[in-house]
Amino acid sequence: MTWKQVFTSSVGKKLVMAFTGIFLILFLIVHAGLNACIWANDGGEMFNKGAHFMGANVVPRILEIGLFVGLILHIVQGLMLELDNRKKRSVGYAVAYSDGSKWYSRSMGILGTLILLFLVLHLSDFWFPNRAHQNFVLGEEIDLYAKMKETFSVLWVVIVYVLGCLSLGYHLAHGFQSAFRTVGVHNRKYNLMLVSLGLGFSIVVTLAFAMMPLSFYFGWIN
Amino acid sequence: MEHYNMNLTVKVWRQKNSREKGGFQSYPVKDISSEMSFLEMIDVLNEQLIRDGEDPIAFDHDCREGICGMCSMYINGKPHGAWKANTTCQLHMRAFKDGETITVEPWRAGAFPVIKDLMVDRSAFDRIIQAGGYISVNTGNAVDGNSLPINKDKADASFAAAMCIGCGACVAACKNSSAMLFLSAKVSHLALLPQGEPERKSRVINMVAQMDKEGFGACTNTGACEATCPKEISISNIARLNQEYLVASLTSDK
Ligand code: HEM
Ligand code: SF4
Ligand code: FES
Repeated sequence: MTWKQVFTSSVGKKLVMAFTGIFLILFLIVHAGLNACIWANDGGEMFNKGAHFMGANVVPRILEIGLFVGLILHIVQGLMLELDNRKKRSVGYAVAYSDGSKWYSRSMGILGTLILLFLVLHLSDFWFPNRAHQNFVLGEEIDLYAKMKETFSVLWVVIVYVLGCLSLGYHLAHGFQSAFRTVGVHNRKYNLMLVSLGLGFSIVVTLAFAMMPLSFYFGWIN
Repeated sequence: MEHYNMNLTVKVWRQKNSREKGGFQSYPVKDISSEMSFLEMIDVLNEQLIRDGEDPIAFDHDCREGICGMCSMYINGKPHGAWKANTTCQLHMRAFKDGETITVEPWRAGAFPVIKDLMVDRSAFDRIIQAGGYISVNTGNAVDGNSLPINKDKADASFAAAMCIGCGACVAACKNSSAMLFLSAKVSHLALLPQGEPERKSRVINMVAQMDKEGFGACTNTGACEATCPKEISISNIARLNQEYLVASLTSDK
């Protein structure tokens, strides 16, 4: 089987979704962990150190390119799969069927699109101004903690961020376990574990991210 | 269980052939016994239609004992009706109440075009099986059944996958019209046994290729298929298929 055959087959396309999805999950762990430094309550000192390490060093900046490639692959492949799947039933049912599946497992394309819209806002809030300030090389960065404080003083921004986190949470509630099924994990002992691990991970990640804008808005940190 | 008779309205999809547009038509049926099967109820309705000089409703059926996979019908929003682990031919009228309106639709999927009324063309499944759902055996005397030791767990898992009757309910239930539960059952029952070993890699590669060619969608692991399957084929078979495919794609020669 040639690589072309693999990556143009339905199972191969799903493998791309799963591997990029797992890669994005790993990124989320790093991202959430680093951002949690805002709760050190030290006026952002620890957080800015961490952010500086990610922004001003060659290795994380190379990894960042990988992150964008993975993200774009995931988005393009995901939207194409979603559109393609929708074309497979031209005449729909009069009475809809919904047994055995959760609403969020049936809404991965919509949830993904919501995340994408959120990402446009999110990147233009932090990533873009910071990299522009660096002239897109390894230059001087802006004070990201102060930037967060300023961004999250506006109510509608906080609401959009919380909704974005919720979309991500539901996307992961199905995506986490689905990705492992897609790469072939079928042993019953792991399946049960992956379902609970996936739900737990989605809840923790959603809460952690959603608490950040809320903490600034309500002044829980200085 | 108490036996009772009921009057019903059957709202059924009528379509002359694959080219013409279809639509719903409602028919009243009277004195239906709670002990009839769903197909017997349709038989009664068809005799009524023939008496009235109308075209009877075309539908697929064969064994009428839940083993052949010919019957289909999407009844009140569920493939094979509301009973779990059950086929339409084994759905009995006691599942319904007097005065009810029952909506009956054909399987809906681009890969299963309507032939007439409730009958759809499922030959795509036959072509998927032809692409790799076989094993090679030497001619001559049959080998002794016990000459190949097979682990009991594997034999059981293989047998559970081999239960698939190829009815297509999984496709009908899936939001993506994916045939992955069917395909995974067909790949798994051979992949688990030593007899399936010689064609192990080519089987999964060729069957997936044929499935894609037939126009089924890509699986997103929602679980709708498993919930509707009359033979309770486990969705874990899909993950096994994915593993078979991943290994075959990484280790094939070309
Ligand atoms: C950090 C962000 C994201 C993470 C961590 C993530 C994670 C995942 C995971 C783990 C899967 C499951 C893969 C599988 O079933 O094999 C998945 C599927 C999917 N994702 Fe994402 N995703 C993210 C962002 C997005 C975005 C921005 C979009 C689209 C605009 C998107 C669209 C989809 C679609 C359409 C699927 C396919 C559903 C399926 O195959 O079950 N995702 N995602
Ligand atoms: S997997 Fe189940 S629903 Fe699908 S064809 Fe086989 S028996 Fe029918
Ligand atoms: S007619 Fe054979 S399974 Fe229903």
